[in-house]
Amino acid sequence: MKIHEYQGKELLKKFGVTVPKGIPCFSVDEAVKAAETLGGKVWVVKAQIHAGGRGKGGGVKVAKSLDEVRTYAGQILGMQLITHQTGPEGQKVNRLLIEEGADIKKEYYLAALTDRATQKVALMASSEGGMDIEEVAHATPEKILKEFADPLIGLTDQQALNLAKGIGVPEASQADAVEQIKKLYTCYMETDASLAEINPLILQGDGKIKALDAKFNFDSNALFRHPEIVAYRDLDEENADEIEASKFDLAYISLDGNIGCLVNGAGLAMATMDTIKLFGAEPANFLDVGGGATTEKVTEAFKIMLKNPKVKGILVNIFGGIMKCDTIANGVVTAAKETHLSVPLVVRMKGTNEDLGKKILAESGLPIITADSMAEAATKIVAAVK
Amino acid sequence: MSIYINKDTKVITQGITGKTGQFHTEKCQEYANGKNCFVAGVNPKKAGETIFNIPIFGSVKEAAKETGATVSVIYVPPAGAADAIWEAVEADLDLAICITEGIPVRDMLNVRNKMKAKEAKGGKKTLLLGPNCPGLITPDEIKIGIMPGHIHRKGRIGVVSRSGTLTYEAVAQLTEIGLGQSSAVGIGGDPINGLKHIDVMKAFNDDPDTDAVIMIGEIGGPDEAEAAVWCKANMKKPIVGFIAGVTAPPGKRMGHAGALISGGADTADAKLAIMEECGFKVTRNPSEMAKLLKAML
Repeated sequence: MKIHEYQGKELLKKFGVTVPKGIPCFSVDEAVKAAETLGGKVWVVKAQIHAGGRGKGGGVKVAKSLDEVRTYAGQILGMQLITHQTGPEGQKVNRLLIEEGADIKKEYYLAALTDRATQKVALMASSEGGMDIEEVAHATPEKILKEFADPLIGLTDQQALNLAKGIGVPEASQADAVEQIKKLYTCYMETDASLAEINPLILQGDGKIKALDAKFNFDSNALFRHPEIVAYRDLDEENADEIEASKFDLAYISLDGNIGCLVNGAGLAMATMDTIKLFGAEPANFLDVGGGATTEKVTEAFKIMLKNPKVKGILVNIFGGIMKCDTIANGVVTAAKETHLSVPLVVRMKGTNEDLGKKILAESGLPIITADSMAEAATKIVAAVK
Repeated sequence: MSIYINKDTKVITQGITGKTGQFHTEKCQEYANGKNCFVAGVNPKKAGETIFNIPIFGSVKEAAKETGATVSVIYVPPAGAADAIWEAVEADLDLAICITEGIPVRDMLNVRNKMKAKEAKGGKKTLLLGPNCPGLITPDEIKIGIMPGHIHRKGRIGVVSRSGTLTYEAVAQLTEIGLGQSSAVGIGGDPINGLKHIDVMKAFNDDPDTDAVIMIGEIGGPDEAEAAVWCKANMKKPIVGFIAGVTAPPGKRMGHAGALISGGADTADAKLAIMEECGFKVTRNPSEMAKLLKAML
């Protein structure tokens, strides 16, 4: 689960990381009032959407008067902000963060994430702050430093100092940097984050280290013990169909193709999508109905897939293990009738009670096309939609 | 022979009294020598009782001591599953198989590092399979986990995969063309886990009763590439490889917590390329895994 920058900064502040003063706003008037409350002569008007690259897309502006705050807030609120992470349609801006201006002397990069290979927490830092870190990793990998913290021991002072020195924090500010890095690590662990990224982390003219941005992602398996983070969830930032699917315990992700897929198991679902592509078409979605699909769940899955106007055909691929093929067949027949299915439907079933399932489909009176293998199913659905 | 488990393995079930634990324990008992293999359950509140004629003990340590069991299978719900793994490790079992899906990553980080610290101090090494995995099976001998037993046949092909249903797909294809399996292992879809592809490939390489292997992977993480590089230098048996997720977009979690493209090296295309370079027969068509393997024998 992702959260907004201003929420991330609230969390950082709670764990003692230094952040600029700022106030979240939902209207232009609120934005101007926020700037007045903050005082000073320079403010930053920042679009709050979950995607990165907001500055390049015109979603971050520096205002030097309250009039400018009003102008920029008016421009940014409600705009469809397009960044390299939003896709071409962009994301509507509903929230702003008004922040005090910062005296930036140098920009760094700092992040915490879980490293699969070492099974430790990786703290990554770079002297190349403010840049797209994937570009830095690609072009100048030597400029990214890593320290691996053992969760049983925590991040040591020495590790934090190695990072601070390594990215060129001046000696007078190193102690502050060490504190900030250690507090970020604590925040990462205590909140069950899967990514905590500060880009840029800045050195101010007065020598202080401050987090100018905050990007968080949280482990969805751990949200049950973090109601305070669940409360940060902004449904406007998520795909409506994906939210609807999650209510029925379906893992759904919408994609760009025209063939809807309904599969049990994440690996088999991906393999089914890949097979569709291999035979010349593109999948319209990823949809894993999981191990315990009921008739109701299958019907909901059909409804969600069919909401997508691009869907020109559906492929159902079920490997019956604990879940029996006849149960799924009944679900498919009910769903097809209830949704008045008008696009071609190919069903491939294997495993437990396969023959019984096929019989139910054949006797349903519906024009369901059956297949024995994934490849055959993909060939048939691709032919049917052309 | 087979890898990790056989008909003589004695198994403890942690979480035996829960709904999932009960359902699958019965299925495992029904399979091959299961009646003799599943010898103990654990639930501190129900110690002294029995379920399906299996005695319930208060702790894994006690269950192991009383029955001689060396393997445990875990169905404990997510919030307590990492502690259940640690209990199996502290009882010095040979292998803990964690079926539970949805364990917080931080809990897995903690337990994996505790396991490594114990080994570093000279303590007994307990292997962990999973979490979020279907388990493993040695056909006609023993099934530990949630896979459908009836699709398997005894034979000489090894199968290893992160995904449950893709493992079943490979197994069913093999069975259909007359190739049985030595063992089929699901290592699970979580980012922080125990046995990885490389470990299972080593075990299959050392198993005199395995002639060839189907290795199935997914997008995300370095594991398949690491296994491929090891195989290039060491593997003496033919391998067919498949990676799911060619069509998966970056930054989106595809069902499994571990199936998420983060950098450039963990895409399906990148992994397929490394596997091919390392001598695997790779395919982009998951329907022909078994057929390709048969052609290599």
